[in-house]
Amino acid sequence: MANHQALDFEKNVSRALNDAQLRKNFKFAMGNFILKRKAIFPDETETEQLRTLGNAIKQRALSRLPELLAQLEEKCSQNDIQVHWAETTAEANRQVLDIMQAHQATLLVKGKSMVSEEMHLNKFLQGHGIEAMETDLGEFIVQLNNETPSHIIVPAIHKNKDQIARILHENIPDTPYTEDVQELNAIARKTLRQKFYRAGVGLSGVNLAVAETGTLCLVENEGNGRMCTTVPPVHIALMGLEKVIEKLEEVPPMLRLLIGSATGQLITTYVNMITSPRKEGEKDGPQEVHLIILDNGRSNIYADAQRRQTLQCIRCGTCLNHCPVYTRIGGHAYGYIYPGPIGKILNPQVEGLEAAGVLATASSLCNACEEVCPVKIPIPELLRRIRNESYANDFTGTIDGHGYKRNWVELGVWKAWAIMNTHQLINAAGQKIMGTLGLKLPKLGPLKNWTRHRTYPQLAKKSLHELVKEHGVDNE
Amino acid sequence: MRNYPEKPERAYYFGTCLADMFYPESGMAGIKLIQQQGVSVIFPPEQTCCGQPAYNSGFPAEARTVARKQIDLFYKNYPIVVPSGSCAGMMRHHYPKLFENDPAIDQVKNFSARIFELSEFLVNVLNIKLEDRGKPVKVTWHSSCHALREMKVTEDSKSLIRQLKNVELVDLENEYECCGFGGTFAVKQPQISDVMVNDKVDYIRQTGAARVLSGDCGCLMNITGAMDYRHIPITGQHLAEFIWERING
Repeated sequence: MANHQALDFEKNVSRALNDAQLRKNFKFAMGNFILKRKAIFPDETETEQLRTLGNAIKQRALSRLPELLAQLEEKCSQNDIQVHWAETTAEANRQVLDIMQAHQATLLVKGKSMVSEEMHLNKFLQGHGIEAMETDLGEFIVQLNNETPSHIIVPAIHKNKDQIARILHENIPDTPYTEDVQELNAIARKTLRQKFYRAGVGLSGVNLAVAETGTLCLVENEGNGRMCTTVPPVHIALMGLEKVIEKLEEVPPMLRLLIGSATGQLITTYVNMITSPRKEGEKDGPQEVHLIILDNGRSNIYADAQRRQTLQCIRCGTCLNHCPVYTRIGGHAYGYIYPGPIGKILNPQVEGLEAAGVLATASSLCNACEEVCPVKIPIPELLRRIRNESYANDFTGTIDGHGYKRNWVELGVWKAWAIMNTHQLINAAGQKIMGTLGLKLPKLGPLKNWTRHRTYPQLAKKSLHELVKEHGVDNE
Repeated sequence: MRNYPEKPERAYYFGTCLADMFYPESGMAGIKLIQQQGVSVIFPPEQTCCGQPAYNSGFPAEARTVARKQIDLFYKNYPIVVPSGSCAGMMRHHYPKLFENDPAIDQVKNFSARIFELSEFLVNVLNIKLEDRGKPVKVTWHSSCHALREMKVTEDSKSLIRQLKNVELVDLENEYECCGFGGTFAVKQPQISDVMVNDKVDYIRQTGAARVLSGDCGCLMNITGAMDYRHIPITGQHLAEFIWERING
């Protein structure tokens, strides 16, 4: 749903950049992620082939998306997984609530799910008297501290060990302050274990949904995901509609790409392949499994061939780790659930340009994200598309809020720039005038921003055009 | 890996707008290096800018107008040498996208296929051999993002520096990270850009180098502007100008 409350990005950035601890935490953590990814993908040619395969698998799946989703529903139903379609986050929230109420459940244990963050599910359930408990360690920490995740994969990465120790100490009754990692883990485990036993429903995300077999794949390292999907009597899986792939044989390369890019591991500690609720004679597993498939603006993105590439994303978070902007401002500054390069292209398309279009300006187009994306999403190209749409008229714009930045001043500046740069004589004259006036001009607008931390570049006495003429370089 | 042509008799030179205005000597140095290898250089005087500023700022129509002018000017079938990874990347990789639905697309593709960044041209087409006549000096190298990730010519630039026997090349920490200029990014998101360039300057200082070299005038303008602002006595120089000085003593 478009929300037209514009994001105060400038204020967020300023706050983040003034937080020395935050910047230190991100710099350290992201540096480590970059090294780990490099170590797990040592051969450039091989990695390139794998990324090409990942791109092909996702593009093929998207090209047949409606058909694959229908097949997924059919196969899941045959496997006794109940499928629900949600066009909006409000509908998806309602579906979770209905399932909980049908089982008189008042406690939900949650594995990591970015879609549930997108839905603001915890807050919604709280309003209906239901406790939603995060069980992923990072999510658990940010929930205790009343925050949102600052990263897609590692939600509490903006906090260091000491800060986490304090959060646990202050928010869990009778918890002594300790910086020992083993002890911190033990505190979380003890707190969560009780919840797993009591919860009426467990919730999880979905990393890949296989249409051919109706299988939900879920990767994790803590075992909490398996607890959420097997201990409570009911399991609800949430997925964005772009997570479907065609065949089971596509799972290994996709997991290799996802896991290597996300955490730099060859494989996660737990790989869950969920194909049905508990069958007769089986000793564990939930009695009911529900799959909620969320749209929330995705089919709108799908309708445009270039923008559709946004939906290839497998939420590995590696574009965040490699982004010089994200590394400095952290996830919260972006103001939406999905931060970093993927957030810069996704949020403006889902929330509309007036609300989130500013995010597309927060990139130097350095291409670091595109270089590491495991499914080769052309993020810089899509950033340019969003920038174009910000000034587009009704004939060329398709994103909600297109043209919101259109103004005669900027348009005039670029028109004048184009005239100068197609007429070298005017251009040269302009440069001479600038050379004479340049230093006397008041430092306003762009000049003011440039000179906050830099000296103003000196125009050369003679331009290259003049030097070339003097040296008698051939002009044919 | 790109297939490189034989050494040509003639080559076009696209000087770039930043070299024209702020670093004309570096633009000249690139021309002289090519000429010295026995290739005659042609500089169409009507040339201006590759169009990237508008292309990255949300104004593709204006970018197209300016790009078309350059495409028309460099019409003969000679290689086009560009002393900037960023402008070369724009002309080689983005022009075909910018003119995707244009009737002139074949002409555009022919133009883009003839684009070479200066270092890659000197190394792979001219097979240049450099004799260092300069005093010992310690330098570090900053690659522009587009030289690195679009043109993929960073190794060519470094190999040229390594040919100079009295020059010690010290690698920069986080050398693959952007310096924070990014065209209008620096003025639309000045807070972030400032932090990026100041981090880059800190890394440059840590190397102990007397000079930072780059193949892109945009990065140089950004980095040296921030160094001057902080009164740091390290100079910045375009690779072409540096080489020309070294081989001429």
